[in-house]
Parts: sequence; structure tokens; C-alpha cells
Amino acid sequence: MLTLKNLSKSYVAGTPVLQDVSLEISARGITAIIGASGTGKSTLIRCINRLVEPSSGQILFEGADLARLSGRALRHARRHIGMVFQEYNLVERLTVMENLLSGRLGYVPAWRAWRRKFPPEDIHRAFELLDVVGLAGFANQRADALSGGQRQRVGIARAVMQEPTLLLADEPTSSLDPKTSVEIMELLANIAHSRKIPVLVNMHDVELARRFADRIVGMAEGRVVFDGPPAQLTDEMLTTIYGGQGWLH
Amino acid sequence: MTDPTATVAALPADPFRRSLWPRLAAVALAVYVVYACAQLEVSWERVQTGLDNAAKFFSRLFPPNFHRRDLLVKGLSESLEIAVLASTLGILLALPIGLCAARNLMPLWVTWPARLVIVLSRSFHPVIVAILFVKAVGFGALAGALALTVASIGFIGKLFTEAIEEISLKQVEAIRATGAPFASVLAFGVLPQVFSRFIGFATYQLDSNLRNSTMVGIVGAGGIGGTLFAAFQRFDYDFVCAILISIITLIMIGEVLATAVRAIFIENATLPDLLRPGAAMRRVRHAEDD
Repeated sequence: MLTLKNLSKSYVAGTPVLQDVSLEISARGITAIIGASGTGKSTLIRCINRLVEPSSGQILFEGADLARLSGRALRHARRHIGMVFQEYNLVERLTVMENLLSGRLGYVPAWRAWRRKFPPEDIHRAFELLDVVGLAGFANQRADALSGGQRQRVGIARAVMQEPTLLLADEPTSSLDPKTSVEIMELLANIAHSRKIPVLVNMHDVELARRFADRIVGMAEGRVVFDGPPAQLTDEMLTTIYGGQGWLH
Repeated sequence: MTDPTATVAALPADPFRRSLWPRLAAVALAVYVVYACAQLEVSWERVQTGLDNAAKFFSRLFPPNFHRRDLLVKGLSESLEIAVLASTLGILLALPIGLCAARNLMPLWVTWPARLVIVLSRSFHPVIVAILFVKAVGFGALAGALALTVASIGFIGKLFTEAIEEISLKQVEAIRATGAPFASVLAFGVLPQVFSRFIGFATYQLDSNLRNSTMVGIVGAGGIGGTLFAAFQRFDYDFVCAILISIITLIMIGEVLATAVRAIFIENATLPDLLRPGAAMRRVRHAEDD
């Protein structure tokens, strides 16, 4: 479904952040990318929907190479890729409902979007989704009045509004407390299984990754150094990924 | 006796960074003020004769003479029309220009021409622009309205650009990631972030245009200013006083209205809230409860 071939990225010439990453994400369920800070996890996720421009390599998704797309073709490809952000990235001054409906902006013509005219089925689905993420009754609250966990639920609902065939999540739990983090991961796992779509999650919490991921990809210095089920993630493997070993146990 | 500084020799003696230059600049400013007074021959005697003259002038202002009411009302309503027309037109033109000038959203070849328009609009005082328009399109309110439109484009355009350049790009990025076209990114990612500030600029500009519309008449560009100038030249100081009181009243009414508009919109407004002011007020109360 999503195939990365020899993906590389350097922000500054000569210091690559991603080096020759090749991955195939076809299985439904959660794939967690773990690794120390600054190993290019975020860059990898952001290259996929081209919020970051890859330097070289291919991103094959639904029959097209996303790395080569631009303009309308890129926008149309992005519609099928939902994204959840570490800092939620909700439009603070809009209501929860408007934030959810902004997930439909790729499908609604701009002149209708300006007049806030969304198809009734979109609005209907937005209310259903609010229920699913546990925020029924919050539709008219402004996003800046919500707590972190509530905001992330809105962020997830916005991404799901796109009817994505792939969901990306860039450190979705890093700004949340442990209990809320687990709830958010449960929500992502539910979406992955109920909608039968792959969810690619960046995280640095190894325990959380072990608990929720169906597959774990370990990265170090811009390369994939581990790829397998959580059971195979041994302590030796963790020292390869993160370096050192004093932090284990 | 031991030197106390010796024990802390490793630490810098003065924790503050003191610079010679600001002090030199302050001294230079003081010297220049004295020099300017001498140059302009501002002496104590000069101030005294001025004050005597002022006392005579003020005594002739009162009581104000409101007999020529028709002239007064005509001039004031023309000023009001100039202000509203110039504000509306100026804001409508300033929005796209200000947006085009925002360097975080637009490419260089778009921001440069837009910035040039804004800089040119801001280069001259409205009175100078009014003189230009009087020469170009002739005496009357049209010249005044055009002059204040230019001033509005400069002011709103510049502030709107700055407001857009300060927005959070994270929110914009999230909307882009949904595959939204640029116009929809503007509507959902950019405008909600700058809308309340924009209302602030717009009301301030209306206020400012109201003030300036009473002045452009002095150079023949319509409004109460022409009447005021004529009254001054004919030494009709009691009528001058009536005009001044009327202008103050007009400005104060404008101020009250502008404050009311700001109170409704700023800090809680989003684009759809405009259509539902009641909902906006409820939300403010909710925000205050938190």
C-alpha cells in the first residue's frame, strides 16, 4: 500500500537526516517508529505527505510516486493521508466542529468552504465521529478551550474525517500525560482496526510502542536498524536503536 | 584588611552590561534641543507675547455661534461620507494587498509589488495626497475620499501583513495536510488567526479617517474642513468654535461606536461568530469561567 524506496533527506547539504530508508507498510494496524530524538522519525513521517520535501527516493502510494507530485495531484493524494500532530495543530480560534469539517476541505470546493457550506453527510459524520472520540456535546466549543487530551481527540477526528487510507501520527502522545497517552493510543488502535487502514506512528515511548504496535521499526541516525514484531524487540536491539544501556532497567 | 573583590575575582564585578553609547546619545539629544530653541528664536519673551495673543483669541471663540446650522450639517455629513467611503474602499483593497505582501505565505515575486504599493501609500501625509488628488480630479469630496482610501490601504495593508506574518504555521500546516486548496487554507487556517486583530485595525482606521476627513477640506478636498478654514480666514471665531465643538462630538460618537465594535469582536471572534454574535458572547462568558 505504502512503499518507501531509498528515501533520503538532508536539510543541510552533506548532513543527511534520512539515509536510504526503504519500508513497506501494507499490514493494517499500528506500525510504530521508535528511535532517539533527532534520528529523523519526524522527517520520515513528514516526507510521506510532503510537508517536508524528500531529497531523493520514491514514495509509492496508491499507484503514484508522491515524491514526484505537485499542485492538484499532490493535494488529491494528501486527501487520503490523515495526519495527527504532536501539538495537535488545531485551528485554535475555530470550534471543534469547524476543526473536524476542515478535514473535508480537500473535497469541498473553496467557494463553498468560504461560506461554510459543507454537505449534510459530512456534518452528520462529524457528529458521529465526535461521539466515537468521546467528545459528544463539544461541537461548538472553541478548540482553545479544550485540554490536551481533548485536543488530540479532535486532531484524530479531523484526520479520520478525510476518510484516509493511511493515517500518519507524528509523536501523538508526547505532549500528554501517561494515562491520556494510553487512551489516545487505544483510540488510534481502534481506528486502525475498525477502518482497516495502516497507522504509522512515531513515538519515543518504547513501552507504549510494545503495547499497541503490531510492528515496530527502529531508527538510528537516519537509518532503519530494526523492523519486526514487538516480541523481537530485545534489550540488545534497544541498545542498537538508542545507544548506551544504563537507561535500561 | 583584605580586598573583598579578591575573593570573588573569578566573577565579573558588574552583572549588568553597561554601554557608553546610549548615554552619549542622551547627552547629544539634550544639546540638540537647546540648539534648536536658539535657532528658532524661542525665548521666554516670545512665549509671553504668544500667550497674550492666545488669551485674546480664546476670549473671541466664546460663546460659540451655531446660527449657520445648514452649513455645519452639510460639512459634517460630507466628512462622514468621505470617512465611511474611504474606510470601506480602503479596507477592501488593503485585504488582498496585505495578504499578497505576507512573506510567510507568498513567493517573493508577489510580496515585492504588494510591499511597494503599501510603502508608496504610506509615504505621504493624507493632506499631501489630498492636494495631489485635488489637482488630479478637481475640488470636492471625491478627492478627499480617494486621498483617505490611499491612507487606509497603507495603514491596514501594513498591519494586516504583519498580523499574517505572526500567525502559527502549525495550524496552517495541518490544514494543508488535509489536501485543502490554497483558498480554503486561507479561509480555515489563516483568517481565523488574524480576524480579531483585523477588526481592531479596521475600527481604528475608521476612527482615523473620521478625524482626517475633517481636515482634507482645508486643501479643498471636501468635508467640514473647508468651512472651518473659511471661517478662520474671515475671523468668524465664534463660528470656528461651533465647528470645533461639532467635530469633537462627531469624533466622540465615532470612538464610542468603534469601542463597541471592538468589544463585540476582539478576543472572541471567529469568522462564523460574525453571523452569530449571541454565540460569541456566550463563549466569552464561558472563557471567563475557566
